[in-house]
Amino acid sequence: MDSARKGVVRDALGIAIASGAYAISFGAISTTAGLSVLQTCALSVLMFTGASQFALVGIVGAGGSVWAGAATAALLGSRNALYGLRLSSILDRSGLKRLLAAHFVIDETTAMAIARESPAESRFAFWATGVALFAFWNLGTLIGALATHLVPDPKVLGLDAAPPAAFLALLAPRLRAREPMAIALAAAVVALVCLPFVPAGIPLLIVAVLVAIYGVVRTRP
Amino acid sequence: MTWAGVLVACAACYALKLAGLSLPAGVLADPRVQRTVPLVPVALLAALVATQTFASGHHLVLDVRAAALAVAIVAVVVRAPFLVVVAAAAATAAVLRLV
Repeated sequence: MDSARKGVVRDALGIAIASGAYAISFGAISTTAGLSVLQTCALSVLMFTGASQFALVGIVGAGGSVWAGAATAALLGSRNALYGLRLSSILDRSGLKRLLAAHFVIDETTAMAIARESPAESRFAFWATGVALFAFWNLGTLIGALATHLVPDPKVLGLDAAPPAAFLALLAPRLRAREPMAIALAAAVVALVCLPFVPAGIPLLIVAVLVAIYGVVRTRP
Repeated sequence: MTWAGVLVACAACYALKLAGLSLPAGVLADPRVQRTVPLVPVALLAALVATQTFASGHHLVLDVRAAALAVAIVAVVVRAPFLVVVAAAAATAAVLRLV
């Protein structure tokens, strides 16, 4: 293996280990929210996109319906479609391999793949990051879920207060300009104003509709 | 019921990933889509932070979760790793409930 590829593998492992630690908190939050260990692990194996997973279990944990959680998870997953678009010229366009590749289309694999000099290097970075991340993400989830499952009352550990911190940590890297900052503040205010008057989970869908309208109206043709 | 919601959400998230790889580029390359889609997570995550901190059912409340969020904000500003941000918030809530 040449030195460029060794560097890619090293970076992929670094990302995977960091994500594994973050998956521990997902496993803990999910089990605290009332999902079983099996449901928690199923989310990490089958959904495999962090923000959506945190949203689903956060909403269920706060007493919302699982369907409100599922809708929010899907809305958060919409950005992966744009990542797929950027990767479609790099990855195989057909066959079983593409069906597997699709599962790995997330923030981290996209960032690693598009930073390369040739399509072959991009493909290598995509798969190395995807496989390493999938392994550590699921291992971390299992550890977090099992450890929390053994605690009789996770509230004693303050784990029920952890989801907003997880959402904040996911949000922070996206706030590096004035517009997203303003959108974030407006979204928070709108959600809180709606909250007393609509069923649980609906404030999030109202926010999603408003931001979609804003985005479309503000784009110059 | 929980299983159904979990599996439908997983299928929806996978379909979105696959759509990006499979749809003709024209649909997703539309400037309105390119500009709007990245704004959705910003708005939703911010709304999740707010509602999960200040809501109890249909009421707005101020409890230990607000203090936990304040600690999390400090942790994020000093660029602490993800797990540290979450653990600091949980520990804050746990300690405040003891006193």
